Amino acid sequence: MSSDKETIRTRIWDEVPEPDNPFAAASCYCAGFDVYGDLLGKISWVEYLYLLFKLEPPSAGQAGLLEGLAVAIANPGPRDHSVRAAMNAGVGGSSHAACLAATLAVGAGQAGGAHEVALAMDVWRACGRDLNTWTGHLSRTPEAEQADVWPPAEHPPGFDPRGVSCATPVRRSLEYLSVRSDGDNLPWLQQHRGELERAAGLPLAMTGVTAAALVDLGFDAPQGEMLCLLLRLPGAAAHALEQQGYGYKKYPFFKDGLDLINDPGPVPRGDGRASR
Amino acid sequence: MNGEQTLLDNEDRWVTGMGAWFPGERVVFRGKDLFNELNGISWMGLLLYGITGRSFDDKQLRLFEGIWTICTSYPDPRLWNNRIAALAGTARSTAALAIGAATMASEASIYGGRPVVRSIDFLFRARELLQRGADLQDVVATELKSCRGIAGYGRPLINADERIKPMLALAEELGFGSGAYVKLAFDIERVLLQGRWRFKMNIAALLAALAADQGLTRQAYYHFMVLCFSAGMFPCYADALNKPEGAFFPFRCDRIDYKGCSRRKWKSSLKTDEVKQ
Repeated sequence: MSSDKETIRTRIWDEVPEPDNPFAAASCYCAGFDVYGDLLGKISWVEYLYLLFKLEPPSAGQAGLLEGLAVAIANPGPRDHSVRAAMNAGVGGSSHAACLAATLAVGAGQAGGAHEVALAMDVWRACGRDLNTWTGHLSRTPEAEQADVWPPAEHPPGFDPRGVSCATPVRRSLEYLSVRSDGDNLPWLQQHRGELERAAGLPLAMTGVTAAALVDLGFDAPQGEMLCLLLRLPGAAAHALEQQGYGYKKYPFFKDGLDLINDPGPVPRGDGRASR
Repeated sequence: MNGEQTLLDNEDRWVTGMGAWFPGERVVFRGKDLFNELNGISWMGLLLYGITGRSFDDKQLRLFEGIWTICTSYPDPRLWNNRIAALAGTARSTAALAIGAATMASEASIYGGRPVVRSIDFLFRARELLQRGADLQDVVATELKSCRGIAGYGRPLINADERIKPMLALAEELGFGSGAYVKLAFDIERVLLQGRWRFKMNIAALLAALAADQGLTRQAYYHFMVLCFSAGMFPCYADALNKPEGAFFPFRCDRIDYKGCSRRKWKSSLKTDEVKQ
């Protein structure tokens, strides 16, 4: 290769070409490990996921925690906004990529989505495990430093603005993950959930548990946001395929759901009758 | 903790003034009958009516259309968003996936969405501060200090913006070349050129100023600009689609400049290497 060619700079991936084709890889190395000559058959999927992001193998505890988190957030169920987006695409016969792109677009948001998790991870970085700092933080309305494409936050990230009490799946996930974490944040969250919920005036949400787990795993907020987007796809994909099979006639349309406040009504026809 | 009341209130009920489809009969679009009251409206007019609820006159619509045609749709497949469309073409994906992904990517930091939002936001804040007696030099200096730059000034790759001259010419032809926000945008540039910063205005500031002079809010302007790059994306997708598959700027293996760990062996405690007998 001539030295003036532009290159892809990376710490993640290296390749050795096949002898007969410079555009085909004979060997691929992820963070120094031979993917098809060594990792395949030895590494689990979540270990590989961790390796890709952190460039070092996870401990057994970290792999177990990421595995648990991946199960906890793999499928928020068919009522979830992001899964509904995938199913909407599915029932209309959209491409499968459109189903997942719809999930990503909706599941990216600040109300139950990946950006909320990233914002919650920022709060963990800012407040640590200091209850007074958390209480002060939760009593203020969060404000963005600059105008942004993201809408202003409407609730403290990690808490459920539509919740009444902490939902059972959230409590069970927190219980399960907190005893498996090598870090300190999940156990602290398990211990102080009640105080934090009182300060926020809202119950803890799955986004809050997810954020604590990702901080305990050593991910930064952009890595956490990416992982949340990625890990929510399995459920959305399965639900989209299922609804595609059932078809739009068996999927809610909210036939009588719109309450139009400014309907001008049918336009009168030339003969004086309405155009109905 | 009674947030569920909002959900109970909205179950199977969406109160809206935005519109509805009456199957087989008619469509209401923000309070107007689409086939009668809005019959003959241009696409740009309908788009802006949907975003703002306002009707714009022909000169204004020419200005908004000019913003899109002159300033935002370059059919160059090297540009970040267009390149996604071209990659989708060379990978033989669909047109909607290509344009959708390229549009999503246009909500970027170095171009597109964030400069769009931040440039109009700064103009609104700066004007408000000036009306309250602030000095423009101070406003600019404070913004530079707090945001490490001013959206709409300076440009990635080059410092001059070739779009300003033709866009300004159109705006002047239509009588929009000397609005309050356009003047402010140039005043800010003068401050930045006089100081040590040497930032020239880029098109984001001029477009934001033109939109602000037409009364668009920050949100309305941002929404108006979401689709602005689309005309440049289709040629990039089609070009790659019509050429041999996989041919768009291929990389050979040794174009990877690896900077990571040296070769090593995996040690795992997990039993994932069992082979069925």
